[in-house]
Amino acid sequence: MGKPFTSRRGLLKGSAAAGVALAAPTIFTRRASAADFTNEPTGSTVTFGFNVPQSGVYADEGADQLRAYELAVEHLNGTGADNGMLETFSSKALTSQGVLGKKVEFVTGDTQTKSDAARASARSMIEKDGALMITGGSSSGVAVAVQALCQEAGVVFMAGLTHANDTTGKDRRRNGFRHFFNSYMSGAALAPVLANAYGNDRRAYYLTADYNWGYTTEQAISEATEGVGWETVNKVLTPLGAGDFSSYIAPVLQSGADTLVLVHYGGDMVNSLTNAVQFGLRDAQVDGRDFQIVVPLYSRLMARGAGENVKGIFGSTNWHWSLTDEGSQAFSRSFGTKYGFPPSQAAHTAYCQTILYADAVERAGTFNPCGVVEALEDFEFDGLGNGRTLYRGDDHQCFKDVLVVRGKENPDSEFDLLEIVEVTPVDQVTYPHDHPQFAGGDLGACNPGS
Amino acid sequence: MDAIILQVLNGLDKGSAYTLIALGLTLIFGTLGVVNFAHGALFMLGAFCAVTLNRLLTLSMEVVDETRTDFLGNPLVVNVPYVEEWFGTQFGGAIIDWSVPLALLLAIPVMALVGLAMERGLIKHFYKRPHAEQILVTFGLAIVLQQIVKYFYGANPIATPAPDAFQGSFDFGVLIGFEPFTIIYPYWRLVYFCFAAVVITGVFAFLRYTTFGMVVRAGMVDRETVGLLGINIGRRFTFMFALAAIVAGVAGVMYTPIVAPNYNMGMNFLVLSFVVVVVGGMGSLPGAVAAGFLLGILESFASMSAVIDLIPGINQVIIYLVAIIVLLVRPRGLLGKKGVMED
Repeated sequence: MGKPFTSRRGLLKGSAAAGVALAAPTIFTRRASAADFTNEPTGSTVTFGFNVPQSGVYADEGADQLRAYELAVEHLNGTGADNGMLETFSSKALTSQGVLGKKVEFVTGDTQTKSDAARASARSMIEKDGALMITGGSSSGVAVAVQALCQEAGVVFMAGLTHANDTTGKDRRRNGFRHFFNSYMSGAALAPVLANAYGNDRRAYYLTADYNWGYTTEQAISEATEGVGWETVNKVLTPLGAGDFSSYIAPVLQSGADTLVLVHYGGDMVNSLTNAVQFGLRDAQVDGRDFQIVVPLYSRLMARGAGENVKGIFGSTNWHWSLTDEGSQAFSRSFGTKYGFPPSQAAHTAYCQTILYADAVERAGTFNPCGVVEALEDFEFDGLGNGRTLYRGDDHQCFKDVLVVRGKENPDSEFDLLEIVEVTPVDQVTYPHDHPQFAGGDLGACNPGS
Repeated sequence: MDAIILQVLNGLDKGSAYTLIALGLTLIFGTLGVVNFAHGALFMLGAFCAVTLNRLLTLSMEVVDETRTDFLGNPLVVNVPYVEEWFGTQFGGAIIDWSVPLALLLAIPVMALVGLAMERGLIKHFYKRPHAEQILVTFGLAIVLQQIVKYFYGANPIATPAPDAFQGSFDFGVLIGFEPFTIIYPYWRLVYFCFAAVVITGVFAFLRYTTFGMVVRAGMVDRETVGLLGINIGRRFTFMFALAAIVAGVAGVMYTPIVAPNYNMGMNFLVLSFVVVVVGGMGSLPGAVAAGFLLGILESFASMSAVIDLIPGINQVIIYLVAIIVLLVRPRGLLGKKGVMED
């Protein structure tokens, strides 16, 4: 064994190792500091962490979320061309002078739509950049993983695009909140519309993405449609990012099913829907009835990818730019003026989460996560689209109207791909917090960190 | 029975794509001895040649329609493609409609140039380096190419339809006397299968029946001896690299109506195609073809719900299981040369 630091190289190595060890603060060393909570801001600025997929299959959704986050920060700091939905938001606590007098800054991370990468980037933003709040994610697997991390670290997590029941069901956490709707709500909104359009005696075949979101959405849609009389013929899991789904599509007609439910999202939905149309399912007839395809979770970005194939196909969505309420219009105008195209539902929920967090801080009068959590629980608001909304304290899920949409037959432009068929009232999609699809979770106690 | 025929058709179709990519990989490994992990990216670049041509042909002039409004409430701007303006709605529309097959004309020179640039600019420096380094550098190159495409085209898949004449599907069952069973199969997938057959036959014929091909085959067996005869075998191998790039590129072009192109599409195919090459036998062209179709068909059958119900998850591992078994029993692959992968 050589003596330490007896050579120039050894000394350099030793110095570098010591430097890295000293320069990398951790949550655990922060706990030893005098701060009351993790990343308590002491200067004139406060840092938000925007953790979105900047690569991988959901990267376009992530890019739109980032645009919305930047817009929200401009509106919070009063540096934008207008104040967007701050003007229509029912709470008037925000002043466009930052949050609690501190200018909002932000850092970004790339989740890569992978739970481990998302946790690593969130951890880095909390430990190295001092992020006080984390928001984002375009996958339920990512949201659940990052929510758990934020609970451990003692920061608030404002979930982005996550639709699985588990996020506010079995994996719910006191420090985590979700503005986006969920699988149960999609089922509750879609089933009556589907029964009305296609009848009460359909035989449905499910192709389901093989991960957390796929399972809960499949369960929610099948239970809701079985509730209106439909029969579930088969449920087949498909790998995430399969590319070509033809081998899964081809057996559908042989199964005797007359409806195909594609529980896919992003690029997978584009490919599976394209394959289904290529295999003639839209033109097929079973027992004298037209075959139908249903896409439980729609987004405009996906609809653009699928092109003509979305025409006439039903699905649900959290929000759409064509809503005519003042808040939605203000947001579409603000976003459209800055970027030249309308915002997606991913952008809308990202913007809302940021505004809702900042507003809760103002109302609580503190950045302490436990104060913010208290201010958000059972908070009722309006003016952010989707009508009157409740952030339910029991599970931290937002309850608001849900949209049922259909692929437009004659779109005016590449943005005009979906038409709103029905705005399902919030009462129709509300459920008890211990509903079997959401059971088993425990919010636990708020964690303020160090 | 009809379900089995349908999955055989599906397997042939999947196998066509695997084989076309594996063919290029094998050509490069057989001639230059390089393991090219950027080959999937070449397939993706080919697909984006089709996207690019489609976008060029649909470049539009903006006409304001005062009777309608856009999402901001301003008068709606309607786009009229220049091609339709110049050549009339019917002929101009037909040019746009046929943009995918027309993209072959763009892809061939573009992919040849990309192939030449890759080989001369990067790959040639790694001929004598270990395979691990070749894999690292070509994998890195693939990521760079992906990110460039993502920067310009975004991450979402981009719908690129087949010509109207090949849209939809037909009842294959009626054709082969299986009435009243339904074996619905998309027209374009049959076009793809026929196209793959033509390309594969063409590559084999080129290597078998031309003097150039004969020299290349001789060089694959003994490069030094061919060099001693005064033949510049290096230049011919460079040409083969470009040819492999063209094969991957045209495979990508014709694949665009089947799966909407996205920047990551090459990676999905690359891994599977490497398995195809290994199962078929490194450096064996007939092996690549046989293994491509075999694995394509096996994968299709493994995806049938009856099979998945019997063995859950088999659809996701079948190809790798077959690869393990083949390599255990016959390390050189199905039709590989003795010695390759056996030491």
